[in-house]
Amino acid sequence: MYRKSLILATTLLLLSFSAFTMADDAAKAPLIAATTQTASVTATAQPAVPPVPINAGDTAWVLVSAALVMLMTPGLAFFYGGLVRKKNMLSILMQCMAALAVVSVQWVLFGYSLAFHPGNGFWGGFGWFGLKGVGFEPYADYAGTIPHQAFMIFQAMFAIITPALIIGAFAERMKFSSYLIFLVLWSTFIYDPIAHWVWGVGGFLKNMGALDFAGGTVVHINAGIAALVSALVLGKRKGLSSPIPPHNLPFAVLGAALLWFGWFGFNAGSALAANGLAVSAFVATNTAAAMAALTWAVLDWMTVGKPTMLGVITGAVAGLVAITPAAGFVDVFGALGIGILVSLVCYFMVAFVKSKLGYDDSLDAFGVHGIGGIVGAIATGLFATTAVNSTGANGLFYGNPKQLLIQAIAVGCTLAYTLVGSFVLFKLVDLVFGLRAKEKDEVIGLDLSQHHESAYTLIE
Amino acid sequence: MKLIIAIIQPQKLEEVKQELYKVDVNLLTVNEVLGHGRQKGITEVYRGVRESGNLLRKIRLEIGVNDNYVEPTINAIMQGARSGETGDGKIFVLPMEECLRIRTGEKGKTAIG
Repeated sequence: MYRKSLILATTLLLLSFSAFTMADDAAKAPLIAATTQTASVTATAQPAVPPVPINAGDTAWVLVSAALVMLMTPGLAFFYGGLVRKKNMLSILMQCMAALAVVSVQWVLFGYSLAFHPGNGFWGGFGWFGLKGVGFEPYADYAGTIPHQAFMIFQAMFAIITPALIIGAFAERMKFSSYLIFLVLWSTFIYDPIAHWVWGVGGFLKNMGALDFAGGTVVHINAGIAALVSALVLGKRKGLSSPIPPHNLPFAVLGAALLWFGWFGFNAGSALAANGLAVSAFVATNTAAAMAALTWAVLDWMTVGKPTMLGVITGAVAGLVAITPAAGFVDVFGALGIGILVSLVCYFMVAFVKSKLGYDDSLDAFGVHGIGGIVGAIATGLFATTAVNSTGANGLFYGNPKQLLIQAIAVGCTLAYTLVGSFVLFKLVDLVFGLRAKEKDEVIGLDLSQHHESAYTLIE
Repeated sequence: MKLIIAIIQPQKLEEVKQELYKVDVNLLTVNEVLGHGRQKGITEVYRGVRESGNLLRKIRLEIGVNDNYVEPTINAIMQGARSGETGDGKIFVLPMEECLRIRTGEKGKTAIG
């Protein structure tokens, strides 16, 4: 009892402390004068600037970041894989690796063009089909100091991990062939347009001034909502009487650690330069993940009596999700506040609301990525401060309630489009090809039935 | 006293357990085993090489019971494990000579339950 109240008191103290200091910081001068443009902020158009030479440091950092984000997809595979039953381990790894293979090809052929070519407010068109015109000169509207192709390959890794996140909701029951078709369709018709709205030149949410530093709306809300839709369309797994214990929790921890590691590329890399803004995003990312992991452990401690390993990694991932849109716009107390907030909300969703509503989101892709993403996007409207990033905006806590409204609109647009679009795509694939594995195949396990392999042997 | 050995499908374990609890059989030992009957196993492929007739995962239950519990136990296992497909498994009933509880040294009838 004494220990519980101590923990609670510490949490509350930290929360109030972070709110307090934020108001304080508002008056201070900008900590970092952003020299490069971030991909997500309204383009304060820079007409007729003389071409900037390629910056070696920036290019190196963005390439390393791209590689870091690439590692997140196999990391996710182990995170999810550890949580399923052992008869489905390979199916998860395979779905993640398939996302890496399929979306990489889709991206260089036409995905990048659909998302980033300066088209209309809704999509980019086919102007950069096959990377035609995407060369080694910088493209100043996105990143002025690195080769255009470096920006392209960095963005490719985001396009890959987003559909892979959805796997968590339909794990253990989707037919592999239908998954591949879904993968191409969803990337093309859902991810690419939304990426254009938020990041592309001319995108309507970008023009509206929505803040999304590294892809909270594009990646996490988008994938999270699609995850909920997929869980509803596919229905529950067969013979689920009680929650299934993870078959290999150490794998899940390894995966979560790789996600945390890769997330530095995801968020700090989104500064698209090796500068103070990247450092600020890096620090915010680590801080929010740590605070969220801690909060989740405390919640576990208070509600079920013991802090759990699965709880800590779930909290860490939720924190990483929530800090994604905010990373380049909030200071360290904003990051702490977001970390606490997201764990509180996601814990409530995963532990109480999900069981009440009864949908089978196998690995909580919606509960963590969807809800965490929404918390992050809204919290950006609360905690953002131009003291961190002069090209950003102030949030509600810094006297700008309008930003909260803009964030809510961005969330609403993404949510509505993904909800409807994903539902149509899932239904379409279901009608034409059938989404679910045959009942017998699901019972045997997707490893043997979909891939004719097994992850583990019993003898030798 | 009989020893009942049942080989069942892994996914049926939970149902079998629930059926056993219903007839008050609360003690059992579970093994993960490999085997196949008429199902003839399954084909796996590694780097293009087919391996046919690989053994399938099964669950093996061992339950020691007093004579009046034999029928209820068998019925419960049948109830929980049957899907009607090949591969549902088998039940073996063996005579059991003795049973001892290690903690107390009790023997026979009283040691089982």
